[in-house]
Amino acid sequence: MWTLAGQGCWRGRALAAWATRAARRGLPGPRPAPTRGAAAESKAPDRSYSSADRKETIDMSRFPVENTRNFSIIAHVDHGKSTLADRLLELTGAIDKTKNNKQVLDKLQVERERGITVKAQTASLFYDYEGKQYLLNLIDTPGHVDFSYEVSRSLSACQGVLLVVDANEGIQAQTVANFFLAFEAQLSVIPVINKKTWFYFQKSQISAKLGTNVESVLQAVIKRIPPPKVHRKNPLRALVFDSTFDQYRGVIANVALFDGVVSKGDKIVSAHTQKTYEVNEVGVLNPNEQPTHKLYAGQVGYLIAGMKDVTEAQIGDTLYLHKRPVEPLPGFKSAKPMVFAGMYPVDQSEYNNLKSAIEKLTLNDSSVTVHRDSSLALGAGWRLGFLGLLHMEVFNQRLEQEYNASVILTTPTVPYKAVLSSAKLIKEYREKEITIINPAQFPDKSKVTEYLEPIVLGTIITPDEYTGKIIMLCQARRAVQKNMMYIDQNRIMLKYLFPLNEIVVDFYDSLKSLSSGYASFDYEDAGYQTAELVKLDILLNGNIVEELVTVVHKDKAYAAGKAICERLKDSLPRQLFEIAIQAALGSKIIARETVKAYRKNVLAKCYGGDITRKMKLLKRQTEGKKKLRKVGNVEVPKDAFIKVLKTQI
Amino acid sequence: MKLKLKKFSDLRKRKDGRAAAVSAPVPSRWRCGPEPSRRRSDAGRGHAAPFLPPGRPTRPGSAHTGRFALGSSPSRVLARAPGRPTTAGGTAFPGVRARGWVKAAKMAQKRRLAEDAGGPRGPTPGSQRAALYVHWPYCEKRCSYCNFNKYIPRGVDEAAMRRCLVTEAQTLLQLSGVRRVESVFFGGGTPSLASPHTVAAVLEAVAQATHLPADSEVTLEANPTSAPSSRLAAFRAAGVNRLSIGLQSLDDTELQLLGRTHSASDALQMLAEARRHFPGRVSVDLMLGLPAQHVGPWLGQLQKLLHHCDDHVSLYQLSLERGTALFTQVQQGSLPAPDPELAAEMYQEGRAVLREAGFRQYEVSNFARNGALSTHNWTYWQCGQYLGVGPGAHGRFIPQGAGGHTREARIQTLEPDNWMKEVMLFGHGTRKRIPLGELALLEEVLAMGLRTDVGITHQHWQRFEPQLTLWDVFVADKEVQELLEQGLLLLDHRGLRCSWEGLAVLDSMLPTLLSRLQEAWQQRTPSPVPGG
Repeated sequence: MWTLAGQGCWRGRALAAWATRAARRGLPGPRPAPTRGAAAESKAPDRSYSSADRKETIDMSRFPVENTRNFSIIAHVDHGKSTLADRLLELTGAIDKTKNNKQVLDKLQVERERGITVKAQTASLFYDYEGKQYLLNLIDTPGHVDFSYEVSRSLSACQGVLLVVDANEGIQAQTVANFFLAFEAQLSVIPVINKKTWFYFQKSQISAKLGTNVESVLQAVIKRIPPPKVHRKNPLRALVFDSTFDQYRGVIANVALFDGVVSKGDKIVSAHTQKTYEVNEVGVLNPNEQPTHKLYAGQVGYLIAGMKDVTEAQIGDTLYLHKRPVEPLPGFKSAKPMVFAGMYPVDQSEYNNLKSAIEKLTLNDSSVTVHRDSSLALGAGWRLGFLGLLHMEVFNQRLEQEYNASVILTTPTVPYKAVLSSAKLIKEYREKEITIINPAQFPDKSKVTEYLEPIVLGTIITPDEYTGKIIMLCQARRAVQKNMMYIDQNRIMLKYLFPLNEIVVDFYDSLKSLSSGYASFDYEDAGYQTAELVKLDILLNGNIVEELVTVVHKDKAYAAGKAICERLKDSLPRQLFEIAIQAALGSKIIARETVKAYRKNVLAKCYGGDITRKMKLLKRQTEGKKKLRKVGNVEVPKDAFIKVLKTQI
Repeated sequence: MKLKLKKFSDLRKRKDGRAAAVSAPVPSRWRCGPEPSRRRSDAGRGHAAPFLPPGRPTRPGSAHTGRFALGSSPSRVLARAPGRPTTAGGTAFPGVRARGWVKAAKMAQKRRLAEDAGGPRGPTPGSQRAALYVHWPYCEKRCSYCNFNKYIPRGVDEAAMRRCLVTEAQTLLQLSGVRRVESVFFGGGTPSLASPHTVAAVLEAVAQATHLPADSEVTLEANPTSAPSSRLAAFRAAGVNRLSIGLQSLDDTELQLLGRTHSASDALQMLAEARRHFPGRVSVDLMLGLPAQHVGPWLGQLQKLLHHCDDHVSLYQLSLERGTALFTQVQQGSLPAPDPELAAEMYQEGRAVLREAGFRQYEVSNFARNGALSTHNWTYWQCGQYLGVGPGAHGRFIPQGAGGHTREARIQTLEPDNWMKEVMLFGHGTRKRIPLGELALLEEVLAMGLRTDVGITHQHWQRFEPQLTLWDVFVADKEVQELLEQGLLLLDHRGLRCSWEGLAVLDSMLPTLLSRLQEAWQQRTPSPVPGG
């Protein structure tokens, strides 16, 4: 009896679950018995079914400019921005109301895994209010300090922003930065306070979970954000504010129409390249691509026009109709890479695959700069410029996850400058002031009037009990205090000028750990300053290891030299002779470690049962030997370099 | 079987044959020793005359003495007393044959082993000769350092185990087409826990299936506590003629740390007993590089051991193996990690002490005087064929009996119960067969051969690779040249071998040598068969 009952029960449940799924999918299936509540009550609209329904192109002329709103949500990391976006999407029927809707706009695996938004995403919401149908274009933006660039890019297509602040954490450094971005762009700002899963908005409580009263957010968007100031009658003027790459369809450009109309079959011209394309498809993002007949001035959507090359859809470019040229829109301030690192394929045979992966990824993320580079140990590769460390890490992770590429990433450095004094060098570089992104090309002091290093203005907001420790940390990082003020009863905002190289590797982590995670940090570019920079060489038995050359501030040379020598000592296998690892400034040795010679290295027991294992190990070692880099007579395995060069994020 | 056991007293009374085989302490092989390898002009031929090293007594007819003519033929020849040639075509009577073998073995113990076990010792071609390893998988207790394939049984069905060992030995011998088994090694586990009856049964099966020369080396690994005098006598009666004692240490604290069940005095007592039963043919293992072990006291142990030991000593540096208790303790920090510098010093000092005492270091960890090398182990390092019988045993041979022409690395099923089931079903428990290509075999010749003092002689190399000489492969390479210049490696008219210093760091040299070999192999004149 018991077994049977158990089985019956199991079957029943399985059936119910299946029925639920079938109903959701809209698949034909056995009709669930009316008593099977779970299945019968499934009222969630089927997503794929309805999106198939929506495949029928929408007539966008139904949305005049006055019924259109373009807005962004900006917030500090983790303040609930993406969750609010999910609720707005649910409310407007763009997505199902299911428990699975977590950060729908965070499409990238890395975004969902880390709970951060990296890439700005767009969704067009259709919302009925007071008898009118509104088109609300939501542009979700990244919250991390590294991605201010994406935020500013998105804002240029908007007239207003929702500034989300977590009620528990309050205003953070990033909140301040984002506010100023919106303020400078002269956008309407609607503050939204999020208390964990509860939103407080203009004194009315909103339960984000149930989605009730999130409506008031939408209503505020309609009431408080002005419609875009555009003209349908004018010739087409569309701003490319983002682009993605689809393996099958090529470049998908996200566009905001400032003037005119665009439809399938139109011939368009890129103001930047002057190339002409025929539009294959236009549509809105809902949040998935949904074709429409046309896109009208004031609307935000996508456009596919046979652009195949990754360089054809420049962010900030203006598109206009063939033979109807217009004044291009002011291009965006292009992103300025703050951190550089070498990137190499783990296996050189993977070079071409990695190259195409990087090209595709940089189309999605045009803020990454790419220069070809090569290293004796690591082969051919690139020196990439990133907005910051998180950006670099995310880029690497996306390469691995989306393109299955495995790469070696070297220690990040910052772009130094040198003012040349040697006439010969000036002639060679064709300019007096050069930027050095690869330490191996650092010019000698004798040929240089002065070196410059990039600096940033950092903003730290912290509960006052951590102020002392944070000031110490900043001083250790050669930072100069510019400002310090209470922003409420117990929180302090500190402003410091930092040399960028002092914060690229582990500053943020140190700050977080000494403030128990409470302090927040943001920075902005503050130009260059003169610095006493030195080139630090690492030598193995007297031979310079080119890939380990680093540029450091004079005051940090000893510590850096010692650290590299120690790390190298731990990762260099012992050899048949002693290895001296030295750090040197010019001819002056400032640190030394020694790897002793092997006195005994032979397997003790090697009998019948040990041979297979021994030969396998030898095979691995012999193969590994082929990948060794020889510096003088010292054999350095690639992973030793990786251990030394690898970022320690 | 009982009949045979009655012969104990008889066996004990046998004349000690040591005198016959004594050779002067070997001059250092590392630099200036005489050409140790075969000097015969017919070296390398399939039917080379027996290779007889200097100092070994030659007896008339010895080449055919006590041999069965054919391995798998139903009409095999009985073992006869040594000294009298046998004729083919005799009728086999199992019991008689077994007795015959033990008797012959008894006589053979008068003979000593070849001082240089380097070449083929009989007229049988390499592919028809093999060594035989027999694995006894059970132990009384788990030692803290051991990651071997062993089991602590609740109760062993020894009769079943015996049947299976015998069956598998028969199957594999037939499969290999081997006509002559030159050595048998009972390893484990703790094979001295097995009954002498089991050992005898396996040996008899081998003698029945193929030719097991009366002077074949038959070694048994023994633990000091598991083999009292009476058992030693029984093992000897069963055909064992060499004992390898897992003494490991002469310090009771260390023995405890290692999880051994015996004390230092147990070990010395056992050693004395063993030498009475197997004079000149007892080996002892001593470990070095234990956690918290120091050079001085360890050398003291070695000196003490030298007062008691026979003609063979093995020095093994402890290697911490994952999954052992010792590894865990070191990992957790409850024991200090062994210091590799100290271990290196112990090794160097230990080798020197043994050399002073007249021992020849014929392999990385093995030392012998009076020519008491282990021929069985020598077979491994010379890349001879060997058969592995028992759970988890490894073998390397050409399955000629099944029409094979390529040497295979073969591994038997690991777990004893599963292995037994397979043996009962299929006659053997071979789990894995990996064909060894020509290059793979040459790599083994190189990696194993360099572990020995004679290294790889030109003749030895030529047996495996008639075209490319050692000179061809190694002489022009820059990195090999560096090793030669550093005095770690020697390449001369004798062959390729490690120097005294080089032997201790062989594993650092092998990747260089192997990658050079691979290169030379790829560049050689392409053989008519692609990929051959």
